[in-house]
Amino acid sequence: MNMSHRLKHWFESQKQTRKFHPTWIALGVVATLAVAGIIWIPAELVSKAEAPPVPTAHPPPPATGNKGMRPADMPTVIEQTPSPATLRGAKTIRVDFSPPADDAMPTDEFGDAVRFGKSIFTDTQTYARGYVGNKLNCVNCHLDAGRKPDSAPLWAAYVMYPAYRDKNKHVNSYEERLAGCFRFSMNGKAPAPDSKEMIALISYSYWLARGAPTGIELKGRGYPKLPDPPQPPDAARGKRVFEANCALCHGADGQGTAMNGRYVFPPLWGNHSFNGGAGMSQIKNAAAFIHANMPLGKGNTLSAQEAWDVAQFMNSHPRPPDPRLAKSS
Amino acid sequence: MRTCRSLRLCASPATSWADSLRILATIVVIAWATMRAPPVHADRLAGAALAQKGSKAVPACMVCHGANGEGQTASGFPRLAGQPEAYLLKQLQAFAGGQRKNPQMAPIAGALDARQMRDAAEYYASLPGWQPHGQTPSASPQYELGRRLSTAGNWSKEVPACFACHGPGGAGVPPHFPALAGQPSAYTRRQMKAWQTAGRTNDPQGLMKSVAEKMTDAEFDAVSLYLENPSLDGKGK
Repeated sequence: MNMSHRLKHWFESQKQTRKFHPTWIALGVVATLAVAGIIWIPAELVSKAEAPPVPTAHPPPPATGNKGMRPADMPTVIEQTPSPATLRGAKTIRVDFSPPADDAMPTDEFGDAVRFGKSIFTDTQTYARGYVGNKLNCVNCHLDAGRKPDSAPLWAAYVMYPAYRDKNKHVNSYEERLAGCFRFSMNGKAPAPDSKEMIALISYSYWLARGAPTGIELKGRGYPKLPDPPQPPDAARGKRVFEANCALCHGADGQGTAMNGRYVFPPLWGNHSFNGGAGMSQIKNAAAFIHANMPLGKGNTLSAQEAWDVAQFMNSHPRPPDPRLAKSS
Repeated sequence: MRTCRSLRLCASPATSWADSLRILATIVVIAWATMRAPPVHADRLAGAALAQKGSKAVPACMVCHGANGEGQTASGFPRLAGQPEAYLLKQLQAFAGGQRKNPQMAPIAGALDARQMRDAAEYYASLPGWQPHGQTPSASPQYELGRRLSTAGNWSKEVPACFACHGPGGAGVPPHFPALAGQPSAYTRRQMKAWQTAGRTNDPQGLMKSVAEKMTDAEFDAVSLYLENPSLDGKGK
């Protein structure tokens, strides 16, 4: 009683002393709640409709490592990044992810490292000259400065390390994975893990992966696995594919095209190309890359058979040897 | 006899013959090379004459393409100076053959014989290409979009960077990829549109068609604007 009396008293005094009627306060509060309700209720309904059905519909398979998983086991692709709880439970979800735009690069010291990393990546011949033993640049096989899905994008690789690799039979850090690129694909010698080049490349990868879930295979990782060809890959058929589709840029001799000493189109075999230990020297990787990405801007226009054949043709030529074999002999 | 041996010219009649033959062959090669050189040079001169004076059948190229093959920005006549010779020749053949539909160039190219086409192509290829000329382009969102498309492309639509094939700075990669830098924007825009609408079909492997089909008119405008005066750092004033 006392409380309501006081309130009444305050209401009356406000009416006298203030220039506005205090009923406006009550009206304002009610209006705000009404507007919030109008926005909140449909939002709630929409988010319920979009909620991923994964956890119940597809219980995650027992954690047996990547080997046990086949694409058929994988749940359907989710268009939006699911909640962390969902992701932790299911290691096989393939998530759509887009790296941030270049404009969003930070402007501080970290941003400088990111920018340097991008420079190394797109112009390795200039910015990591001492570590490269051929005429290639990282961006030759990782298109769009390491951003393009299905072209081994950096953001998808970054979130999958550390990881065990059959290639060297131990758990690799991301640095070690990059070092492998220098040793094999670039036929050179990797910069030290704490060198400014390595830190820049890691910074660039990390920044590209900003907002991506860690330890989850992102959609567009690596090169999309190409089904086995109807006929075994054949270098003679591949030569014809090469002449019709590749020679324009890579040259009839596959040695690329250089302008003023800088290669606009990379050499595909021979001393200036990747060595026998590089992933690309395996027909299946080369075929997958070519099918998804070549000719530049016309990805997925060659048939699977053509991609396998031309990959076979490319890798039927001599290239620098796998440095691991040289050591053991 | 001793002198003869030390010279090793008349050690035996057979060697002597071989040596004479060698000398003769050298003379022939040198003579051939000297005779050959003037006609090569003459091609370029004939091309220059065609460019500056025209012939009975065709007007002088310079009327539209500029005194030094630099093109005309306002009317969108393309720069020819410094373009790859093989590319220029191919374009003349395409105008004559109808793979490039162009009411002005079709009758001109049709009136040139194969020799004149080669002469003109060689002449314009020998002229210096475009160089940045100090006039800083004015920065605008459109110019910036053009810079992005030219240097990085738009891979969300599978559009590669112009410079991925046309070389750093758009300076061209002979023999197949012409220089883009310094081309009047009206010309570049018209070509992009022509590829999109099959008015021009002489691009190798349909590469430009596939690019143009994925681009919008606004993107054509942007790349054309940028390529007229490309600044690599993108910092127009």
